Amino acid sequence: MAPELVLNVVIAGLLTGLVYGLMALGLSVIFGVVRVVNFAHGEMMTIAMYAAVVLFAAYRLDPLLAVLPVAVAFFVFGYALQATLINPFITRPEHSQFMLLVAVALIMVNGLLMVFGPDARNVQVDYQLESFALGPLLFDKARVLAAATAVATSAALFAFFRLTLLGKAIRACADNHLGAQVVGLNVKRLYALTFGVGSACVAVAGCLMILLVDVTPVLGPAYTLLAFVIVIVGGLGSMPGALLGGVLIGVSEALAGLFIAPSAKSMFSFALLILVLLFRPQGLLGRRV
Amino acid sequence: MTPARRAGVALALLGAALVTLPAFAGSYLLSVATLILFFAYAGQAWNVMMGFAGQLSLGHSLYVGLGAYAAAGLYFHYGIGPWAGVWLALALCVAAGLVIGFLAFRFGISGVYFALLTIAFAEFTRIGFDHIQWLGGPGGLFIKVEQRVAWDLPNLRGTPAMFYYVILGLNAAALALCAWLLRSRAGYYWQAIREDEEAARALGIDTFRWKMLAIGVSSAMTALAGVFFAFYYNNLFPEQIFHISRSIEIILGPIIGGLGTLFGPILGAAVLTILADGITELMAWLGIEVPGIKQVFYGLCLLVVVIFRPHGIWPAIARRLGL
Amino acid sequence: MSFLQVQGLSKSFRGLRAVQDVSFEVAQGAIAAMIGPNGAGKTTCFNLIAGVFAPDSGEVILGGERLTGLRPDRICRAGVGRTFQVVRPFPQMTVLDNVVVGALNACARVGDARLEAERVLALLHLEGKAATLAASLTLPERKRLEVARAMATRPRLLLLDEVMAGLRPTEVDEMVGTFRRINRETGLTILLIEHVMRAVMALAAHVVVLHHGEKICEGAPAEVVRDPAVLECYLGEEAL
Repeated sequence: MAPELVLNVVIAGLLTGLVYGLMALGLSVIFGVVRVVNFAHGEMMTIAMYAAVVLFAAYRLDPLLAVLPVAVAFFVFGYALQATLINPFITRPEHSQFMLLVAVALIMVNGLLMVFGPDARNVQVDYQLESFALGPLLFDKARVLAAATAVATSAALFAFFRLTLLGKAIRACADNHLGAQVVGLNVKRLYALTFGVGSACVAVAGCLMILLVDVTPVLGPAYTLLAFVIVIVGGLGSMPGALLGGVLIGVSEALAGLFIAPSAKSMFSFALLILVLLFRPQGLLGRRV
Repeated sequence: MTPARRAGVALALLGAALVTLPAFAGSYLLSVATLILFFAYAGQAWNVMMGFAGQLSLGHSLYVGLGAYAAAGLYFHYGIGPWAGVWLALALCVAAGLVIGFLAFRFGISGVYFALLTIAFAEFTRIGFDHIQWLGGPGGLFIKVEQRVAWDLPNLRGTPAMFYYVILGLNAAALALCAWLLRSRAGYYWQAIREDEEAARALGIDTFRWKMLAIGVSSAMTALAGVFFAFYYNNLFPEQIFHISRSIEIILGPIIGGLGTLFGPILGAAVLTILADGITELMAWLGIEVPGIKQVFYGLCLLVVVIFRPHGIWPAIARRLGL
Repeated sequence: MSFLQVQGLSKSFRGLRAVQDVSFEVAQGAIAAMIGPNGAGKTTCFNLIAGVFAPDSGEVILGGERLTGLRPDRICRAGVGRTFQVVRPFPQMTVLDNVVVGALNACARVGDARLEAERVLALLHLEGKAATLAASLTLPERKRLEVARAMATRPRLLLLDEVMAGLRPTEVDEMVGTFRRINRETGLTILLIEHVMRAVMALAAHVVVLHHGEKICEGAPAEVVRDPAVLECYLGEEAL
């Protein structure tokens, strides 16, 4: 097998992995702070993908530009979801929360099925088939732009959490729920904000992903699981971990697809999840609880 | 009449109604009843692990699939009937369950992480079976339907009524088993583990051992559901039988009916199937063809129950009936 | 040889020395108490004896049998019953079923366990609540349930962690009376962590005082409450 082919596959995997990483970042933020297992994460990503499809079909809006309105819409949606539906469940047993989001996910997937039907949809931008060449290496233009946007969004997110007062307040909540309340932080509002931010993240990831793959309603569960695999492999509570995990999964999926069989891609991710859960549950960069 | 007496009478009446159903039900009603009983049984099996022992498995489709393929594979390739094939099904499912249980419980994986682990195993198997050509691969495994007019119990070939009685029998056995388990040491210990595992340990309970028993019993029971599925539907596709939607369908009944109760899974399965079928009929009558509406309905039911009746609908009904 | 021997027990949590070289003994059939300010390491000691953590060093020996580092359920089966400082009932199970779970440690058959559970419930004056869900009990009732459940396991050593906290004086006296009676009738060895000095003085023949993870004093209650170090760190001059 020609080394250039392998290298190109690795590069494609890496770029796709950065978009995966952004999706997982959203989950890491939600799971890490609000401690809610967002079983509807992949479904939200799928809805974002459809949103980009619709905006493109109606206004020829490039998904790279659609990230803004879609992210805002999702922020509002995520905020509302947390504030109304999920907040009362914070104190309930874990499996109750889980079931709540399983229900939401079920409604979302099948709602999409009802509205859009089972056929695949996609977006065909002008530069869809262009690529840069760097010697023997080929970079898909769409993939590069998507990955760059993912990195930029992640950087913005890091800055938000590290540098702004609001971001620090949210991190305080994550570290110490009771302590945060004691110092007067409105934890419920911060949770809702965090869910909103996480949702916006996933929205951006969705708009970027539609440049790379077609969308069908049933992608939801697959992405949810992928997000969890990445977050657990990369390490819960670690934002760089989510990106690192995303890249790792992206590359290994691509290689598995090349060397074993395209359909075996996800098998590899699940095997990795099982191994990480067993031997290093805190993931690569996570803190040991 | 004491509550226990009343419950006994109610159960007897229900039993009588179910046993005589085929005599006056049309083929459509019979097929709906069979479907209800299938989910009631699978739900009862899952309930042992979750409702009793508190271990959330979202990958029970794994056992249905393994059981189904084991029995169907033997029948398809070697003509071995289901009553022998069921032993392979049981062995495979219990082995799978114990492996998952061992890995999870030894490594202290619980709650959400455990649920994810079970999903990962089911998904891994789903994709794996797509590549097993010997069992039909993605194209599916089809077993021949010899006849549908005479009861051939050894080969599970026969009339719809025969299948109805088989699944009814499985339900009766499951109910009896669960009732017995609940009152046994296992039942007490499982509930203690479900409520507070650390406190349970402080009372001398080897929680690892008892959780393994729970997953073993649950997977074994589900294996039988798989065997039934194979011989009732006669076609198996990895994409369908191992799919996470199957796992979710299995848990809907017990959650909506009532986790940890004996009658919850049955009631839940009945309510869901009847309402879902009602909706499908309504849509057909209105001339609307909408794929996915049944699942949206399931999702809404689950949502409503989880928010307003987290213990399921059976406990409140049971109190009203004085059971 | 004493019944319970704790030798050189030490435990650190990420650099924080919770328990440091604590040693004491409790005679068979005696009632002993462990007192000291909050954070002194008393509950950690209990957790070390009961097997929730393994000590970094030291030994726990019960009736000649080495319990150090064993799992909690194994230690319970060896004869140690314990209550938790923050009570942990099984909320969705009835009061009776809660205690049956404990009794199953001692009885092979469920029927026998139920009878034993009913007997223990009566001892703790909870028989009227047998069919109630544990979740609907008041705090004092939950404390009595916790004790009943631990006692149903037929322990040889009972570890009671602040069971008197939050009880009114009359309730404290009632509990003290119950423990005295059980100790007299069955010879059950009891080790209690307590802040309620009324109970300590009434029950304990032997008191161990912990401060910052170390044992600072040991002896009969009357001596211990006069010890200057104990007065300074915990009891205060007014106790005299």
